[in-house]
Amino acid sequence: MNIHEHQAKELLEQFGIPAPKGFVAFNVKEAGEAVQRLPGPVYVIKAQIHAGGRGKGRFKEASAGEKGGVRIAKSREEIEQAAEQMLGATLVTEQTGADGRVVNRVYVTEGVDIDRELYLSALVDRATSRIAFIASSAGGMDIEQVAHDTPEKIISVSIDPASGYQAFHGRRIAFALGLEGKQVGQCVKLIGDLYKLVLDKDMSMLEINPLIVTKGGELSCLDAKFSFDSNALYRHPDVMEMRDLTEEDPAEVEASKYDLSYVKLDGSIGCMVNGAGLAMATMDIIKLCGEEPANFLDVGGGASKEKVQAAFKIILSDPSVKGILVNIFGGIMRCDIIAEGVVAAAREMEITVPLVVRLEGTNVELGKKILAESGLKITPADNLGDAAEKITAAVKEAA
Amino acid sequence: MAILVDKNTKVICQGITGAQGTFHTKQAKAYGTQIVGGVTPGKGGSKHPDAELADVPMFNSAAEARAVTGADATSIYVPPPFAADAILEAIDAGFPFIVAITEGIPVLDMVKVKRALTGSGSRLLGPNCPGILTPNQCKIGIMPGNIFKPGRVGIVSRSGTLTYEAVKQTSDVDLGQSTAVGIGGDPVKGLEFIEVLELFLGDPDTDSIILIGEIGGSAEEEAAEFIKSEAKKGRSKPMAGFIAGSTAPPGRRMGHAGAIISGGKGKAEDKFEAMRSAGIAIAPSPSALGTTLLGAIKG
Repeated sequence: MNIHEHQAKELLEQFGIPAPKGFVAFNVKEAGEAVQRLPGPVYVIKAQIHAGGRGKGRFKEASAGEKGGVRIAKSREEIEQAAEQMLGATLVTEQTGADGRVVNRVYVTEGVDIDRELYLSALVDRATSRIAFIASSAGGMDIEQVAHDTPEKIISVSIDPASGYQAFHGRRIAFALGLEGKQVGQCVKLIGDLYKLVLDKDMSMLEINPLIVTKGGELSCLDAKFSFDSNALYRHPDVMEMRDLTEEDPAEVEASKYDLSYVKLDGSIGCMVNGAGLAMATMDIIKLCGEEPANFLDVGGGASKEKVQAAFKIILSDPSVKGILVNIFGGIMRCDIIAEGVVAAAREMEITVPLVVRLEGTNVELGKKILAESGLKITPADNLGDAAEKITAAVKEAA
Repeated sequence: MAILVDKNTKVICQGITGAQGTFHTKQAKAYGTQIVGGVTPGKGGSKHPDAELADVPMFNSAAEARAVTGADATSIYVPPPFAADAILEAIDAGFPFIVAITEGIPVLDMVKVKRALTGSGSRLLGPNCPGILTPNQCKIGIMPGNIFKPGRVGIVSRSGTLTYEAVKQTSDVDLGQSTAVGIGGDPVKGLEFIEVLELFLGDPDTDSIILIGEIGGSAEEEAAEFIKSEAKKGRSKPMAGFIAGSTAPPGRRMGHAGAIISGGKGKAEDKFEAMRSAGIAIAPSPSALGTTLLGAIKG
């Protein structure tokens, strides 16, 4: 789960981590009022969306002006004008896709004089199974590009969970970043506080890009991008409250209510599968047969009637779906029960596109019989390959 | 003797009175697995409410269960908030083999568990995995026993239902399996491909191997590198492989917490290439796992 920059900054403040002061605004009036609480004379107004590249992004609407999603202002009037233009407008960045994201809130912060821009992030490193900090003197840039072009500019420091964070971890990062004097001590404290934040809130990723050294020689987190482990949200109600559903795909939100894992794709064949690996393999085999999958959908372990119904509904809400492939390897789940669920759901949903169902597991023959005797236009398939060929042929025929 | 589990393996279940623990322990028992005990804190000494499990002794702790029954493996069906505690308890009790089925354990909990495994005498399989099965001998986890056939193919996979696909297909071409191992889709877990492949290479009952990976991470590349270096030492067996997720777009997580292409890493094509260069026959489609392996065996 991701949160907005202004929420990340609030968490930084709670943990005593230095960042420019700022206030969130949902309307022009609130944006203007920030002036009274910020020192000035320079202010920065930042569009709040769950995507990076805001500064270089462009708004779709001409009324939002030529500038990107991060703007400088020097007076209350200029702040209000920037907020007026950005709020409600659609920002397109290299991370949003062509559709862009509607800006519903802006963050008004104090302007800071920057001496150096650095990069810092923390994540769970699979290779070591530990939390690792990644730092680079090339801040403010696309870190993946830096990793590709100049890997020597990036250092990674992993922390043993048994002994925890130690000052030497922070010193290694500080010296690698070319910090000096009192900044080294500041950095040791900053990394330690960030480590505590990651642990306390079960974060899966924290990115400070850029971490800056101000003209006054202080470290400060100019931007902050946080994401949280969705498996751990149950123990963080405060983090849950920060969830902004308007930033998420409505179909994916709906799917998550039924414990379905759904990702919309660009093709025409809707897929309903149990298990993430098999769901991906089903997408792959559709492509091998010359069509494109419309989605990834994992119904998980218990493919109950309710779940199957919800899954059909979500798949059919996508107008580009021209056919549906149900692929359930039931394991010890009984195929007759799954078949009944599919039939009941298909009947209630009045599915008009071709529907191919492949069932495997206990009572598979009985399951197939239920599908055949339902009177519905359901094409049974014997195995994965057969299923993919049948659905792609049916879609081609209908076209 | 196949790998990790066989007919002599004595198994307990942690979380045996929960819905999942009850159901799957009954299935494992019916399959012929030696179920020697169960753990639910506070219910030690009582009788399991399900008639089919009424003869299974119940304990308050994993240590007690191990001491009394001499169990050498434990299966964990404890809900996610308490699962890491259960795994750590099993490590502390000295279980040589721990299988964690639970899905949805917070990753930072697993970071702690992984650290505790270092230097311990325990091996962990999972979490978020289907478990392990040696046909007609021992089943720990949730794999369907009816698709298995005793044979000489070792199967290792990151995905549950794709493991079943490989099992079914190797049964259909009459090869059968020595042992099937589902290592699970979480980013921080116990056994990785390499450790399981090492066991299969050393197992006299395993003649060939199927390796099924998916996008995300670099475990498949590392596995391929391992196979390559072992082959140079003269240790090799015919292998077939598949990677799920070549159609997945970058940056989107596909169900498994581990299945994501990020920073241009973890792509299916790179993994296929690594496997190919290690001499692993690539199944052209997920429905051709069995036939591809058959081809690799015949050379």
